[in-house]
Amino acid sequence: MAVKIKKNDVKLSGFFKRIIKHGLFSWVLLMAIWQVGSLSYSDYFLPGPLSVLKGFKQLVENGVLWTDIVVSVERAGRGWFTGIIMAVPLGLLIGHFDKVRWLVEPVLNYFRFVPVLALTSLFLMWFGVLEGSKTALIAYATFFPMLINTIAGVASTDKTLVEAAQCMGASKFKVFFTVIVPSAVPSIFTGIRLGLSGSILCVVAAEMLVSNNGLGYLVYSSRLYYRTNWMFVGIITLGLLGFVADRLISYTGKRLLKQFGVK
Amino acid sequence: MYVELKNINKSFGDYKASDNVSFSIEKGKLIGLLGPSGSGKTTILRILAGLEKQDSGDVYINGELVNNQPSSKREIGFVFQNYGLFPYMTVYDNIAYGLKVQKKNKDFIKTRVTELLNLVGLPGLDGRYPSQLSGGQKQRIAFARALAPNPQLLLLDEPFAAIDAKVRQELRSWLREMISKIGITSIFVTHDQEEAIEVADEIVITNLGRIEQMGSPVEIYKNPQTAFVARFIGNSTIIENYSRLKGFAEVARKDKAVIRPEFVKVFQYGTQEQYTSVLEEGIVINSIFRGNFIELEVDVQGIFIKALWALDEEIIKAGDKVQLLITKLYVFDDKGTYRLINKGLDTSSIFYI
Repeated sequence: MAVKIKKNDVKLSGFFKRIIKHGLFSWVLLMAIWQVGSLSYSDYFLPGPLSVLKGFKQLVENGVLWTDIVVSVERAGRGWFTGIIMAVPLGLLIGHFDKVRWLVEPVLNYFRFVPVLALTSLFLMWFGVLEGSKTALIAYATFFPMLINTIAGVASTDKTLVEAAQCMGASKFKVFFTVIVPSAVPSIFTGIRLGLSGSILCVVAAEMLVSNNGLGYLVYSSRLYYRTNWMFVGIITLGLLGFVADRLISYTGKRLLKQFGVK
Repeated sequence: MYVELKNINKSFGDYKASDNVSFSIEKGKLIGLLGPSGSGKTTILRILAGLEKQDSGDVYINGELVNNQPSSKREIGFVFQNYGLFPYMTVYDNIAYGLKVQKKNKDFIKTRVTELLNLVGLPGLDGRYPSQLSGGQKQRIAFARALAPNPQLLLLDEPFAAIDAKVRQELRSWLREMISKIGITSIFVTHDQEEAIEVADEIVITNLGRIEQMGSPVEIYKNPQTAFVARFIGNSTIIENYSRLKGFAEVARKDKAVIRPEFVKVFQYGTQEQYTSVLEEGIVINSIFRGNFIELEVDVQGIFIKALWALDEEIIKAGDKVQLLITKLYVFDDKGTYRLINKGLDTSSIFYI
């Protein structure tokens, strides 16, 4: 009998442990502190969770939130994708061909340190006030982490694999596509993942500066209407968006690229 | 000659990896390149494969000068120490790689891969990834992959170095069998003399980028031509002042000698009645159990001599007094090695090799 009770105890504590581990407890605690804290301030300065929930309901009902999510995701996605298309092939070339590296690397090493926001006005002028400039900004912001990771991936290729392929008669071209590129996949993937979080970061900045829709615009403009709870809705949504996107890509990578060593 | 190296020189900075290396190999032979690490054996293999370019000298494979041929044109199979399997490809795709490069048709590739998997004794593993294989399995797959495109020469760089001792033993005899079955000319690199002796038809001994000696394992064991080979092969110890030992007179200018345990017969004190004039007395300093025999270290007038003692005889312990009969020594100088037979055993005591 006694043993049985003890067993149940263990089970129960295991259950709690799991809840705490999954962060539910932390979130409940945070909400409670937030709610209590918000009581001593005006709704304009610090809205409580309930007020934010109310704002969330409003924004869902009038369709603004959904539209803004779609717009922002589209923008981030377009910029990110453009970044991938430019960074990955260039990174493969720089990593593989010394001559390309000697030519391009000095310039890239400088531009890496030009902050993307400094380019906003220039890009507005060059690519227009509509989507073009935003895509360009996001692509620029995601370009470097992806490029550098791709180069690193190529550099980390096991030399033995290249030699093995050569001995089996593979041409340089064949070696590039069957050894160098696959060996760089895990690193490229890391770059793409970093690029994704970078694109979400940048889309907010771009929308705050030059836009009349999107989540960044929602956060920015809510202040003008004294709707701080809407601002919170935007912030929370952005956080969720980044989190979900990262989980999604990490899961996809694990599923599709497992044999390349993506973890 | 099927494979020929002529006056190969190769330096990496100050380090001379190949110093005027020349040797040739008959078709169908299994050759072991044996030497201590840093002796240039892997460099020779890599030059043969075209993975390294010699500074000077010629390489011929099957009568053709291949100096300017890249690896991809030399038709060689190369088995790497760390397998070099493509981790992102299945076993099937790994073995099929060379065949796909040759643009063979799918049915042919399928038949050939299956045939090779059977040959290396791993049928049905075609869907696995290298990470799902043991070290021994990986090396067998690497071997199958190297053979798939039907190379004219198989090169193996320390093929068993990364594999644990027991499996290594198995793989050695397996490799020997496999290669004689296929009949492909093969060269493997090893630093393990036991491995070279067991596997190779002929051994090439390298030291400091030079070839010291080439010959069958028995020949090299029995007639070491240089001081290095005499010391390197067998469980050899070097002794000085060998003329203090009974039955050995000093040969001019050769003051050092190599002795191996098998040159020494040990007797329990007072049990030996023959050759008493050349028997040495000694005290056992060390008696080490080696599994199927005992290795003794005996102090004979300050000279330490290793000897073997069979287990079925009465055990000899450290501190015991024994008598030794030293049958021969290899005395050496820079020019060569000479076999010196104990005078008490033979009248014509010096053989010039």
